[in-house]
Amino acid sequence: MEKLLEAKEIRKTFYKGKIPFTAVDGVSFSMERGECLGLVGESGCGKSTIARILTRLIEPDAGSVLLHGREVLQLKGKEKRMLYHEVQMVFQTPQDSFDPRRSLGDGIMESLRNRGMNRAKAKERLYELLDMVELDREFASRYPHEVSGGQCQRAAIARALAPGPRLIICDEATSALDVTVQAQILKLLQKLQREQGMSLLLICHDLALVQLLCDQVLVMYKGRIEERGAPDEVICRPQKEYTRILVNSVF
Amino acid sequence: MMETPTITLREQKVVRDRTKWKMIFLGALALAVLFVAAFAPFLTPYDPYAQDLAIALQPPDAAHLLGTDRYGRDMLSRVIMGSRSTIFAALLLVMVITVVGGMVGIICGWYGGKLDAFLMRVSDIFLAFPGMVFAIAVASVMSGGILNAVVALACISWSKYARIARSQVLAIKSAPYMAAAKLSGSGTGKMIWKHIVPNIAGPVVVTAVLDIGTMIMEIAGLSFLGLGATPPTAEWGSMMSNGRSMLQTSPWVVLSPGCAIFLTVMIFNLAGDTVRDVLDPRQQKR
Ligand SMILES: Nc1ncnc2c1ncn2[C@@H]1O[C@H](COP(=O)(O)OP(=O)(O)OP(=O)(O)O)[C@@H](O)[C@H]1O
Ligand SMILES: [Mg+2]
Repeated sequence: MEKLLEAKEIRKTFYKGKIPFTAVDGVSFSMERGECLGLVGESGCGKSTIARILTRLIEPDAGSVLLHGREVLQLKGKEKRMLYHEVQMVFQTPQDSFDPRRSLGDGIMESLRNRGMNRAKAKERLYELLDMVELDREFASRYPHEVSGGQCQRAAIARALAPGPRLIICDEATSALDVTVQAQILKLLQKLQREQGMSLLLICHDLALVQLLCDQVLVMYKGRIEERGAPDEVICRPQKEYTRILVNSVF
Repeated sequence: MMETPTITLREQKVVRDRTKWKMIFLGALALAVLFVAAFAPFLTPYDPYAQDLAIALQPPDAAHLLGTDRYGRDMLSRVIMGSRSTIFAALLLVMVITVVGGMVGIICGWYGGKLDAFLMRVSDIFLAFPGMVFAIAVASVMSGGILNAVVALACISWSKYARIARSQVLAIKSAPYMAAAKLSGSGTGKMIWKHIVPNIAGPVVVTAVLDIGTMIMEIAGLSFLGLGATPPTAEWGSMMSNGRSMLQTSPWVVLSPGCAIFLTVMIFNLAGDTVRDVLDPRQQKR
């Protein structure tokens, strides 16, 4: 299979006052095209930090990220914005991920408009996207506080799909939703992933979900990748002490 | 179970309706004042600058509703004419400090770092200074004139707006929707203009509207001290100042511009309060 993304030796240290705290400590992994990769680990182990580095929302202290073999971390200005045609993210808190003063439709069309698409065309594409995420078209004119969490997350997925990305990173995209809605959203993501041939990086607390959806899973502990493998393998025959604890705590 | 929310909803509606009517009423009053200011030259019954010593210091009567001053000029005409200088100067002032202060605040909040630290120290200095004293110093260095009074007051007033805008920017800068906007390919300009400005406008505008009254007073104050409008320009503060020795003998000379200031400031303050009630984010959450 073709390699889509390769992260090498990513390192990020935050400073709380003067005290350094290494949130990501030399993380390397790669993703293939069309792959669904799970990233699990306890709270605070650095999962979101990795997601934010891959999307250039924060800069790592060291390391490199290759997308189609091209270095991502050096991109600047317009080229950096082009990165977001390829990589998109769905956030944990759906309502907060939409500007409270703009309609969901505006939010979804933002990337299209930024690419110079005219209003009429962007509207057309907006309706296509809403159909894809199984949202009624009248949601386009709603504001984030006027829809439910699940509906808002569907809109967020539509927004992520808008530029036609190769990779969508879901940072606990379902943990703010209740269980039945969670299942719907995840099914939707899986369906879209297969239809569009995208890759999915699924950041998750829930090992059962990972087992259900992912081809491969990364287990992270204190800023490091402990283990990688097929979910069944990792869960049934954990190689590392931490993974064992994590698995035991769930099952 | 079902009863409680119904009542709350109705109460909410009553409150909202009351706020709405208050807003309409006060808004109409504020507009009326602005209308008078805008069309002052057409509304004055007499020429506000025409002197006629024969009718100097006449108490209010049918011909001169607010009496005349010591040069025999019609007080009503002068009060109407004065609204123009005072109110327009105040509006100009509020506009300038909102835009300048807001821009400085956005830049500070957005970029942070040394620039932020430097600009905030500068604003600290202005905030720490007793405002009016500083304005008096600036105005006297620049010598009178109402525009100079505006500049002097702008110097001491922008920093409050910079503070408000900055803290608002800091509060929303790291919101997920800003990250989402970035991921939608919006550059700095678009992020600021489309997402930051609309989201911080509420508190800034409320402060601005509430400040109109204060600014009217400060401009009148500077003029009263002879550092704002210069005679013979009709301006409320300088009119009061010119008549202050006659407070006991011909009180209308002082009281007419005084009441004009009082009423105008009150109208704008109450209107500002209502605007705040409408725009206040705490009420918006519902
Ligand atoms: N901007 C920051 N400044 C300082 N420390 C930070 C910052 N962002 C994250 N951290 C720290 O880095 C660590 C990793 O954070 P991260 O958000 O990546 O964890 P996570 O694995 O996503 O956790 P969760 O499952 O709770 O979302 C945490 O200990 C956090 O306190
Ligand atoms: Mg996280």
